[in-house]
Amino acid sequence: MLGRTLREVSAALKQGQITPTELCQKCLSLIKKTKFLNAYITVSEEAALKQAEESEKRYKEGHSLGDLDGIPIAVKDNFSTSGIETTCASNMLKGYVPPYNATVVQKLLDQGALLMGKTNLDEFAMGSGSTDGIFGPVKNPWSYSKQYRGKRKQKTHGENEDSHWLITGGSSGGSAAAVSAFTCFAALGSDTGGSTRNPAAHCGVVGLKPSYGLVSRHGLIPLVNSMDVPGILTRCVDDAAIVLGVLAGHDPKDSTTVQDPIKPFMLPSLTDVSKLCVGIPKEYLTPELSSEVRSLWSKAADLFESEGAKVIDVSLPHTSYSIVCYHVLCTSEVASNMARFDGLEYGHRCDVDSSTEAMYAATRREGFNDVVRGRILSGNFFLLKENYEKYFVKAQKVRRLIANDFVNVFKSGVDVLLTPTTLREAVPYLEFIKEDNRTRSAQDDIFTQAVNMAGLPAVSVPAALSSQGLPIGLQFIGRAFCDQQLLTVAKWFEKQVQFPVIQLQELMDDCSSIFENEKLTSVSLK
Amino acid sequence: MAAPMLRWCCPGRRWAFSRIGDGSRHEKRFPAGSASSGKRGHSSVAQQPFITAQKPRKGDHEWAAVVGLEIHAQIASNSKLFSGSQVHFAAPPNSLVSFFDASLPGTLPVLNRRCVEAAVMTGLALGCHINRKSLFDRKHYFYADLPAGYQITQQRLPIAVNGELAYSVCVGKKPAWVATRTVRVKQIQLEQDSGKSLHDDPRARTLVDLNRAGVGLLEVVLEPDMCCGEEAATAVRELQLILQALGTSQASMAEGQLRVDANISVHHPGEPLGVRTEVKNLNSARFLAKAIDYEIQRQINELENGGEILNETRSFDYKLGCTVPMRDKEGKQDYRFMPEPNLPPLLLYDSGSLPAGVDPQQVINIDQLRERLPELPSVTREKLVRQYGVLPEHSVALLNEVGLLEFFQNVMKETRAEPKKVTSWVLNTFLGFLKQRNLAVSESPVTPAALAELLDLLDRKAISSSAAKKVFAELWRGEGKTPAQIVAEKKLELMHDQEALEQLCRATLEAHTGVVTDLKKGNPRAINKLIGLVRKATLGRADPAVIKEVLERQLSS
Repeated sequence: MLGRTLREVSAALKQGQITPTELCQKCLSLIKKTKFLNAYITVSEEAALKQAEESEKRYKEGHSLGDLDGIPIAVKDNFSTSGIETTCASNMLKGYVPPYNATVVQKLLDQGALLMGKTNLDEFAMGSGSTDGIFGPVKNPWSYSKQYRGKRKQKTHGENEDSHWLITGGSSGGSAAAVSAFTCFAALGSDTGGSTRNPAAHCGVVGLKPSYGLVSRHGLIPLVNSMDVPGILTRCVDDAAIVLGVLAGHDPKDSTTVQDPIKPFMLPSLTDVSKLCVGIPKEYLTPELSSEVRSLWSKAADLFESEGAKVIDVSLPHTSYSIVCYHVLCTSEVASNMARFDGLEYGHRCDVDSSTEAMYAATRREGFNDVVRGRILSGNFFLLKENYEKYFVKAQKVRRLIANDFVNVFKSGVDVLLTPTTLREAVPYLEFIKEDNRTRSAQDDIFTQAVNMAGLPAVSVPAALSSQGLPIGLQFIGRAFCDQQLLTVAKWFEKQVQFPVIQLQELMDDCSSIFENEKLTSVSLK
Repeated sequence: MAAPMLRWCCPGRRWAFSRIGDGSRHEKRFPAGSASSGKRGHSSVAQQPFITAQKPRKGDHEWAAVVGLEIHAQIASNSKLFSGSQVHFAAPPNSLVSFFDASLPGTLPVLNRRCVEAAVMTGLALGCHINRKSLFDRKHYFYADLPAGYQITQQRLPIAVNGELAYSVCVGKKPAWVATRTVRVKQIQLEQDSGKSLHDDPRARTLVDLNRAGVGLLEVVLEPDMCCGEEAATAVRELQLILQALGTSQASMAEGQLRVDANISVHHPGEPLGVRTEVKNLNSARFLAKAIDYEIQRQINELENGGEILNETRSFDYKLGCTVPMRDKEGKQDYRFMPEPNLPPLLLYDSGSLPAGVDPQQVINIDQLRERLPELPSVTREKLVRQYGVLPEHSVALLNEVGLLEFFQNVMKETRAEPKKVTSWVLNTFLGFLKQRNLAVSESPVTPAALAELLDLLDRKAISSSAAKKVFAELWRGEGKTPAQIVAEKKLELMHDQEALEQLCRATLEAHTGVVTDLKKGNPRAINKLIGLVRKATLGRADPAVIKEVLERQLSS
């Protein structure tokens, strides 16, 4: 039952094959079994069971709230959840219990969804590995898959298997792992430079970044307000469309959401792609791109072409400036957004009380990790009066050029762009931490970041397994507010590639016994 | 007579205008100058009025002072600028704080339509250009009562720019001379107020009240076109009246709804402007004038003693009556301005540019707001002068007190007395009683109808003016008696019995032969003594002019 898609399990609930409480308990038990993945920071067992009970009542009375009624979901721990601790994986917000729900959380709850818990991330979503939060790194469920383990066994004999676990990517790694490991049917991530799509690609799930302004950010603890978008992680494209249909629309509490009424997202099953024009941005063919991903990308393009679509090379000439431009804009907004964490109203406060200034300084030093502090420092530098024109204004202009690149390409008749999501498949943690956060983020966001600059919708769809038995995702980028068209194309592609299901079940029991006694980072830090 | 209410004419300044009334300052006799008189040439601003130190020593040259103002007016609105919390003065601490006001992570600003309308109306009233597109910015600094670590303001592109504020100053003593001055309005911007910090020094802690945090402010920036505390205070007073007439701010300085920062510098005429200081948080009109005048004199003294002026922020110590450097503003602040990413540009429309089929609730039409503008104080004053022949300075005084104009107009409706007489009674007797007891017009125990009746009695010569004062004092006791009843009870009606008066006069002359002798010796003042004695005998009910006439007739017969 847990291996099904959201749509399938929703049908099962409606037909009474399973009750919401049974479903909830199954998920809770799997969450416990997969605790070693460190996907969840907080498991809201009690609340979820209560929600399940209410859902069950509705089903019994014959008026369920819709497709999401009774469906277990998870939410990244940077969305405010009323009465449930929301930490951003930071000491600064440890113990912080928001008094309100983010709009997206509220919308899911209003549809009867069951909130299983809050998922792990990089501190304040700053990272691309889900390795840099105070609760420790998230482990990629594929590390324990039959597909990956089988391949590894052939190569390496006698080595300690368990030290080679893989990262999930990030920063929404907890959400991606939660969906991938079947502990929920959909999860919310956030996406500022690729934070939903990157872990989706590494964990073999669908990761959707909707158009900026389509989904409310109210209650999402911001990284970069002008780029942040709530992301959706699911096991298939249709499921992402269902969730987007619930989340999309104007929110009076977020002035940057569009006013236009949103129609429900029903994805037609595309049978004919001959009228479709797919653009392949040539700048995305970088030397760092692994040959395996490159060949998969090329195969995907061929697939479209062979089915009659027009596939053309296009140019996004300002792509190479994206990383440095993002760095300036991101750190500047971070410097500003983080100013509120001063230990006064909420969150961590140090013991120093010699003066208000000393209290601020010590609180922020203790509350933020080096990555966050580093970004605050750079951001404040860029915002200084003497630097503002040189850096911030210039970066804004470059951002405009990057956005215009996309406008021009779409104007030329391209419907969607097809690109890799990541340079390569997920790497082992030990390898990943050889580089610092900044270098990694700069490398890993290369294909995803420009989309956030332009506010476009994009989705990562798992395409195939690598020779190592690990998932590789490809990304589709659509026109602004043409999220439905984008998902329709993604759905067609998903159907063609028939990505294999992660084979976890037998190993899960195995693992749980192995890892039960392991001292997890998250435990030691609590 | 005008002196008590035209307080800003007060004497005792330590320095004075030396060339006030110079034509280059565009003065006009009231009421020619009004807000409707259009733009004036701004070139004259460079010619600053001269100020001389009180006792110029040999070799001194004249000093000119330059004063600019930043005025923060709390917008009169039900809810805050970006949140739904109520705006209410003196509510229990932290009882009006939304999640956004407390800067809970994830909360976003939502612009309050009423605040935008207030800014547009104020801009229109001050003849500003209303920007069809304006932007919001974040201004960063750490302070305990600024929960987000930044204030949302309009630094780059404010909602209104390039306006003008005309105000009247009284020049000279008698006869008073009302002149119109103008100060350019650089801009009006919308911004958030901060919370309040209460420092509990003995316990070394600070208490924070966020009720005020996020309340909408209009920051009105006045160009440095003023030259002394009196001008600044008068300009602020006029702005206060305009805001109150518009209803865009209650603008009570006592409740902190109007706060003023002044930029002040001095220089020798013809030379570049001097280094300026900023005096912050001037929260009363009196302290505003005092602080500016003190600061001007301090700068002059400093420079004359070979010192230099530091570009610093100072505050006014009202107990000591001087400005002092502010400690917590030490060091140069870099506010690291940044566009507010959570608010799209604020777009305003006029009837011509209004997009078709748009929801009227979602847009603001400037032309509609213009039509809704109420009468401005300058126009009201002009009307008073025209309609009643009231003196210009009296028209100023009538508007200066909340409710006084309405009171005056209600008296006028019901009395046959001359407007001049009514003005005099309202501004002197009535206002004097109010001031003495520290009451507002609305708290007066004397109704306009009662005063009208009293003035009618006076007008009919049924009572003397001194009796009228007594009646007024009785009315003030608020016992519900009419003036006529009081006159009857206290026997205050004028003596119309000529025979009785003749007798009283004769008796007085006989009883005070010494005074009569004195008079006959040629002391003209002796007659007054006799008049006084007769008045006393009539219990103040006889007209002194009539007494005089009778006495003179009897003495010469």
